[in-house]
Amino acid sequence: MRMKRPAFALIAPVLTVLTCLFLIVPIGMSILAGVTENYFVGVRSGLTLRWVGEVWGLYRETIFLSLQVALATLAVTLVVGVPLGYVLARSDSRWVRALEEALVLPVAMPGLATGLALVLAFGTFRDFRASWVFILVGHVLFTLPFMARSVAAVLSSINLPVLEEAAASLGAGFVQRFFTIVVPNAKGGVLAGALMVVTLSMGEFNITWMLHTPLTKTLPVGLADSYASMRLEIGSAYTLVFLLMIVPLLIAMQWLAARGTRTLPSKRG
Amino acid sequence: MRASRLLFLTALPALVIFIAFWLLPVSRLVLVGASGKEGLAAYLSVVTNDIYRASLVNTVPLSAAAALVSVGVAAVVGVYLQRREFRGKRVVVSLLTFPLAFPGVVVGFLVILLAGRQGLIGQVSEQLGMEKVVFAYSLAGLFLGYLYFSIPRCVLTLMAAAEKLDPALEEAARSLGASPWRVVIDVIVPALGPALVASAAICFATGMGAFGTAFTLASKINVLPITIYSEFTNYANFAAAASLSLVLGVLTWLILMAARSLSGQGSAAA
Repeated sequence: MRMKRPAFALIAPVLTVLTCLFLIVPIGMSILAGVTENYFVGVRSGLTLRWVGEVWGLYRETIFLSLQVALATLAVTLVVGVPLGYVLARSDSRWVRALEEALVLPVAMPGLATGLALVLAFGTFRDFRASWVFILVGHVLFTLPFMARSVAAVLSSINLPVLEEAAASLGAGFVQRFFTIVVPNAKGGVLAGALMVVTLSMGEFNITWMLHTPLTKTLPVGLADSYASMRLEIGSAYTLVFLLMIVPLLIAMQWLAARGTRTLPSKRG
Repeated sequence: MRASRLLFLTALPALVIFIAFWLLPVSRLVLVGASGKEGLAAYLSVVTNDIYRASLVNTVPLSAAAALVSVGVAAVVGVYLQRREFRGKRVVVSLLTFPLAFPGVVVGFLVILLAGRQGLIGQVSEQLGMEKVVFAYSLAGLFLGYLYFSIPRCVLTLMAAAEKLDPALEEAARSLGASPWRVVIDVIVPALGPALVASAAICFATGMGAFGTAFTLASKINVLPITIYSEFTNYANFAAAASLSLVLGVLTWLILMAARSLSGQGSAAA
């Protein structure tokens, strides 16, 4: 018994260190491989930005398209999702709860299925199918619940009805109340939701792979392409570019979360 | 009445987007799924068709095993991190959650860097004088990838659950002579129960639909997302692709719903 205790006490720290290494080491390897002259030879072959340059030459369109789709997704989720978040926070009716459940379906269902459904339904609308807006549709479906819930969570924590009644008694109409009371009070939730939406959109692959065309490739679609057909260094350099775009967003999100606004972890794979 | 109409109008744009771009396409998917020569029986093909059943038999145990191992590891790590204070803890916790934002294809690539032909595990095993270990493109590689995206999904949930554990209960059990294992099994695990169930369900559901990771790694292994994708692109078998993806969708949704009612938590589908 006394022999076993120290061994038992070691399990948790050892497993924690191993888990951290498992999650972090491959990221470090990927970064290193992206700036190494020849990964097979190793770091002694020299460090270079040549591969990053090649990624820029081969794939920069995907970077621009991903930014474009992410910003457009953000715009749509702001216009549609913030009002929706307000409704979710303000109403307890059965219909609103049902709507809330329904809107999570595109997140709960595998992205491949959502993508397939969109392709089979709209594939014959040639211009729509071929445009980047088709990808935007998929991203909006996937991110809308995150914006709405983030806003609803913040609005539920304050006494919104009282504030609204006070404003109404002073003669403020619905639209005026929305922009002068609801939106300012929801700021924290909107910001957290916005970071979440942009991060999810930039990393979305499962739906996007079904929706993309050779002329509408997003960054993750390009990544899959480079992993399959380019040398390891280029795939790594491309991954490095992706990390440089996404990590600042993640840090901002955690900084915000540390200040008291909770954001939800996402579903991926 | 007026107030509720205003609320309806406020939610209307979201409702329209949902109906036009999700409900209608998915309803159509239901019809396409039954449009093959087997008709409605296509929805049973995941068990009646040998190839699809084999795919299901690969996918379910793989996702289940990955979910169980991930939750087990994340529980130990979560409880440990919750109770220990050390410098840089916040940075460590942040790093642990970064992989949440990686697309599945990136996770697949990281597994290649670990266990592929030029991977770390291969190099280390070679230097130790063993045969070069390469398993990225096998079921084991896929399993490693599933762990990679599942563990971060559980750690934060379990850290939050561990915060609510009452150390006095463990102390009481110990003072009554319980061994460390008994404390874990009789005190800690039951208290973490709802969080364990919810986390496992999310990991299982994510694993079942994990297209990106499998796409990068599993050129040879049939898991359901890959089977669906190749029915669609390689064989233009729209009915099979539609029916299989609906079966997969309903399955993952049911798992998430069941876990939610068991664990009494908010939406598990995040």
